[in-house]
Amino acid sequence: MSLAAAHPAYDYRTVRQFAIMAVVWGIVGMAVGVLIAAQLVWPELLASEYTHFGRLRPLHTNAVIFAFGGCALFATSYYCVQRTCQTPLAFPSLARFTFWGWQLVIVAAVITLPLGLTSTKEYAELEWPIDILIAAVWISYAVVFLGTIAQRKTSHIYVANWFFAAFILVVAVLHIVNSAVVPVSLFKSYSAYSGAMDAMVQWWYGHNAVGFFLTAGFLGMMYYFVPKQAGRPVYSYRLSIVHFWALIATYMWAGAHHLHYSALPDWAQSVGMVMSLILLAPSWGGMINGVMTLSGAWHKLRTDPILRFLVVSLSFYGMSTFEGPMMSIKTVNALSHNTDWTIGHVHSGALGWVAMVSIGSLYHLIPKVLGVAQMYSTRLINLHFWMSTIGTVLYIAAMWVNGIMQGLMWRAVNTDGTLTYSFIDSVEASYPGWIVRVIGGAIFLIGMLVMMYNVYMTVQDAKRQDTIRDTSTPEAQPA
Amino acid sequence: MFNDSLPTFWSIWVAVITLLVIFGCLWLIWIVRKSEPYKEETEETMGHSFDGIEEYDNPLPRWWYFKFLGTIVFGLGYLALYPGLGNFQGLLGWTSTKQYEEEVAAAEVRYGPVFAAFADQPVEVLASDPEALEVGGRLYSNNCAVCHGSGGKGAYGFPNLTDDDWLYGGSVEKIRESLNVGRVANMPAWQATLGDAGIEETSHYVVSLSGRAHDETLAAKGEQHYQTYCAACHMPNGEGMHALGAPNLTDDVWLYKQPNLTVIESVKLTLRHGRQGVMPAQLPRLGEDKVHLLTAYVYSLSQAN
Repeated sequence: MSLAAAHPAYDYRTVRQFAIMAVVWGIVGMAVGVLIAAQLVWPELLASEYTHFGRLRPLHTNAVIFAFGGCALFATSYYCVQRTCQTPLAFPSLARFTFWGWQLVIVAAVITLPLGLTSTKEYAELEWPIDILIAAVWISYAVVFLGTIAQRKTSHIYVANWFFAAFILVVAVLHIVNSAVVPVSLFKSYSAYSGAMDAMVQWWYGHNAVGFFLTAGFLGMMYYFVPKQAGRPVYSYRLSIVHFWALIATYMWAGAHHLHYSALPDWAQSVGMVMSLILLAPSWGGMINGVMTLSGAWHKLRTDPILRFLVVSLSFYGMSTFEGPMMSIKTVNALSHNTDWTIGHVHSGALGWVAMVSIGSLYHLIPKVLGVAQMYSTRLINLHFWMSTIGTVLYIAAMWVNGIMQGLMWRAVNTDGTLTYSFIDSVEASYPGWIVRVIGGAIFLIGMLVMMYNVYMTVQDAKRQDTIRDTSTPEAQPA
Repeated sequence: MFNDSLPTFWSIWVAVITLLVIFGCLWLIWIVRKSEPYKEETEETMGHSFDGIEEYDNPLPRWWYFKFLGTIVFGLGYLALYPGLGNFQGLLGWTSTKQYEEEVAAAEVRYGPVFAAFADQPVEVLASDPEALEVGGRLYSNNCAVCHGSGGKGAYGFPNLTDDDWLYGGSVEKIRESLNVGRVANMPAWQATLGDAGIEETSHYVVSLSGRAHDETLAAKGEQHYQTYCAACHMPNGEGMHALGAPNLTDDVWLYKQPNLTVIESVKLTLRHGRQGVMPAQLPRLGEDKVHLLTAYVYSLSQAN
């Protein structure tokens, strides 16, 4: 093919900035996570007005989802869309704005959440002035991303870009609808919705934050970096069409499963459960397509730790998307709801899937945007891989054991029908699992520090060789 | 129970778009499977390349196709049996409210006799019956411990049940009354009436009643306020009144002594802002037999001293 000659100069500056900040915010967010996990074991730890569990927990979730996950998505989507459309980013200055605007959002979160300024909506805690900034950044992101697709030099739109586009568009809708408030002062507002309606809007948003931010977006990442790193064609184009449309159509409905046995009307609970179950196959479509893409390249797993990150992330993705529909069944939910099982489920998705697919993708992308052949140390990538895997497994296993134990303790009754255990009994019984969680989380965090060192040394390599450019120079394209 | 049925338009809207999405999924897997040119794994690609990435034209994995089909069939079956499609209630006639009521009724049938067995015996007898106290203690742990503490010693704002100081009286009948219908205490706020100086003076008089350190001059002025505004409930001698739940101010029991404040500072807060203690009524929740056992258990806590 004559692609090499026609290869345009891609805009790598914004990609590089987002990629580096993904690593930085990953460390910040996970460090706060380890701290609050430790506070559950030792409640007096750093228990000041600004740093107690209640203030830091939303900081942890915002930092890992929107700062770490968000920066990773911006970096990979900007990288992927340019290369698969063979055109530079549309509106480069708007792309710069998305970087600085997003960093400003994160810094505002780091300041306001410990101060207790919160809308109290889970995963949407930031107050209205910050919400407006998020909306401005996000709409700019949509303009840059869709504008780049519009200027593509290829006839079709690659599947990764469908997922990224769906993620960007739906998150814009979710954020704007759920954040509708009546402001009463600069940092205080009240939701535009009330009662069960407010709860339903919140969880329509909350579960689609998982579905579109943490699933569709990262599937986009997977569809570019897995075939690229494996050097193999995607397993089935047909499967990608079916699972894409089925996934985005059914995910929209699943939020009601967060409100089983609540004031939400029965019909909405039933529909939420049914759609969550139907979601199983579309979710697995992505896992099958990713894993089967590796068939014929399994031997590469022996030598390529980046590919290991990607394939293990798909395994965790498959596991947690099986677990999710199962937990949405009302009778299972009656046991799992409000227990550590939910926390374990979230983290098998967040650590096992989101973080590991991001880490694998970043290890692929960072040398490319720095203009060097590879990361500073492959051995350190391998070390990081094992730390991430072990950390995740410890975390999830501890939460499974705790969650099922808590659920069973809360429903145990004496011969006279009274509850066998008080709540504090279940708290005491949970300590061993919580200690294991701190250990698992700490191992995962130390892995991220290894990554930071590796990235830093790679940047030093690139500086020595003077290879860092804001736009790419033409490179030979494998056909 | 409230009526949560939807207006007709929205009922139809919900049913139509729910079925549209489910049948849409069905149509999608059917049409894609039907159009597959290769029924087995193939090396043929779609003919495009994106940054070097190609895509095989492989068929949908058969097991995956049937799994998808299975969840759709299950979903449609579920929506036929249970409420979901707008106002259609489902063939089983199930509602969460009905399920709850049935479970409560079943528990009543199963566990009711356990409690009824103690109903004939007087509280004074049950208070020394280990079996009754065991059942009563469990009822206490489930229903009372969250405020009064697992040992009954109370907490800030929640009375200690193990001493012999009673806001509303500690006789069997008074304890039963507190449990049955609950209590609503109301200490008015006096800031507007007394002003800062009056609050200061009254607080010195109040702590003097229990022999605590106080300023004589301030307390003397405070006594006038006390006799004017406080004596009606707390009595001229400060010993309180069970009929109104007005606490005795001459002993060393302070329900609202804040953990981070001295007694006199806590008294000032109470004088300024008032207090509204609420004990919820248990009879409507628990029924007579359980309240009977709880009365015996609570009575036994104070008798132990």
